[in-house]
Amino acid sequence: MDFELMVNSFPKLLNATLITLKLLSSSLILGLFIGLGFAIMRMNNNKIINKFAYGYSYIFRGTPLLVQIFIIYFGLGQIEYLRTTFLWVILKEPYWCAIIAFSLNTGAYTSEILRSAFQTIKLGYLEAGRSLGIPSKIIFTKIQIPIAIKQSLPAYGNEIILMLKGTSLASTVTLMDLTGVAKYIISTTFKPVEVFIVAGGIYLFMTFIIHNVIKYLEKKYGFQT
Amino acid sequence: MELLYFGDKGWGDELFFATLMTIAVSITAMVIGFIFAALFTPLKLSNNKFLNSIGNAYTTVIRGVPELLVIYLFFFGGSGAIMFVASIFGYNDYIEINAFLTGSFSIGIISGAYSTEVFRGALQSIDKGQFEAAKVLGFNKNIYFFKIILPQMLRLAIPNLSNVWQITLKDTSLISVTGLVEIMRQSYIAAGSTRDPLFFYSFAAVLYLILTFLSMQLLNRLEIKYSKGY
Repeated sequence: MDFELMVNSFPKLLNATLITLKLLSSSLILGLFIGLGFAIMRMNNNKIINKFAYGYSYIFRGTPLLVQIFIIYFGLGQIEYLRTTFLWVILKEPYWCAIIAFSLNTGAYTSEILRSAFQTIKLGYLEAGRSLGIPSKIIFTKIQIPIAIKQSLPAYGNEIILMLKGTSLASTVTLMDLTGVAKYIISTTFKPVEVFIVAGGIYLFMTFIIHNVIKYLEKKYGFQT
Repeated sequence: MELLYFGDKGWGDELFFATLMTIAVSITAMVIGFIFAALFTPLKLSNNKFLNSIGNAYTTVIRGVPELLVIYLFFFGGSGAIMFVASIFGYNDYIEINAFLTGSFSIGIISGAYSTEVFRGALQSIDKGQFEAAKVLGFNKNIYFFKIILPQMLRLAIPNLSNVWQITLKDTSLISVTGLVEIMRQSYIAAGSTRDPLFFYSFAAVLYLILTFLSMQLLNRLEIKYSKGY
C-alpha cells in the first residue's frame, strides 16, 4: 500500500469531482425536462406521438450509454452541414457532447419513471378535481405533478445514482472527470488499488449522500395514498 | 451498405464476430456473476454480523462505484495481482492475462452484485411456511434447496434477472477500453479506418438494440414458463 500516493492523489481527484458533479447536475436538470416531456407524450392518446415517445425511450434504454456518447461526439461531427451551423460551437466541445448524451439518456429513464408514477395516481383524485371544477391545467400542475414526484422519488433516486456512475463515461471523450483523472494516475503510477480506493471512496461518499437525501425527502413528502 | 460487405471489402464479418464476442462476454460475465451471487447471497441473509457486513460491503461498493473504475482496477491491477501470487510460488516472469478473462471477470463482479440483490429479495419473499414445511417433512438438504426453494426463488427472480442481463449486456461495451474486440471496439476500429464514425456507431447501436430485443423475447418466454401455475 502506497499511502503517500493516496494522500497526494486525493486533492487532484477531489478537483476532478467538481467536473463530475457539474456533469451530473446539468444532465439531471435537462434530463428531468426531457423526461417530463416524453412522459406527457407517452400518455397522449395520439398513437403516433405515443409510439414516438416509446421508441425514444426504447432506443436510449436499449443501447449502452457509451454508444450514445460516441455517436454524438464522434458521429455528429461528420455531418458537413452541422459544422456550418451554430450547433457546431456546442458539438465540438466534449463537455457539451457528454451533457447532451447524458441528458438524453437519463431523460429516457426519467420518462419511464414519471409515466409509471402518473399512471398509478388514483383516478379518484382527478375525478375529485374535475368535479370541483378545477381546470385541467391546474389539476395537472397542482395535483398530478406533486403526487407523481412523490411516487417516483425512490426510483428517481436510483436513477440519480446510476447517472452519477454514468458520468464516468465522460472520461472516454477526453474529459478529465473523477474517473478520467483516476485512470490517468493509475496509468502513470501503476498503482491501481490505491487510486481505486480513493476514487471509489469519493464515489461511494456521493452515493451515500444522494441515498440519504432521497430517503429524507421520501420521509418528508411521504404520505398515505 | 458497401461498408457492411463480408470479406475483405467490408466490415460485415468483423462486426458479426464482434457481436458473437459481446454475447460470449455477457454470458460468461452473467455466469461469473451467478457464482458471486451464490457466494454472497447467503452472507447477506446470514445472522452473523461479520458475515453480513461482508455481503453488504460487496453489494454497496460495487453498485456505488462506476463500472469503468472497476474495469480499470482489474485491467491495470489484474496481471499485477496474479504475478504477485505467482512470485510467491517462485515464478517471476511477466504474466499477461487474457482481455476476455479480465473483461468478463470485472463485468461478472458487477453483475454479481446486482444478482445478489435480486436473489436476496426473491429468497426473502418466499413464504416462510415453505421453509418450515420442508424442514418439518424431513427432506434432505439437496431436495430442500433444489426442489423446493430454488424453483420458487427462480420464479420470483427471473423478471429482475432479465434486468440484470440487460445491464450486463450494456456494460460489456465498457470492456472496449481494455482492447477486447467486441461490438464497440470493432466499431471504433472500423470508424477509425473508414472515417465514418456516424455510420459505425449507429450500426453498433442497432446491434445492441437487436441483442436486447431478442434476449427480452427469450427471457419473457422463460418468465412465462416459470410462472406456470400462478
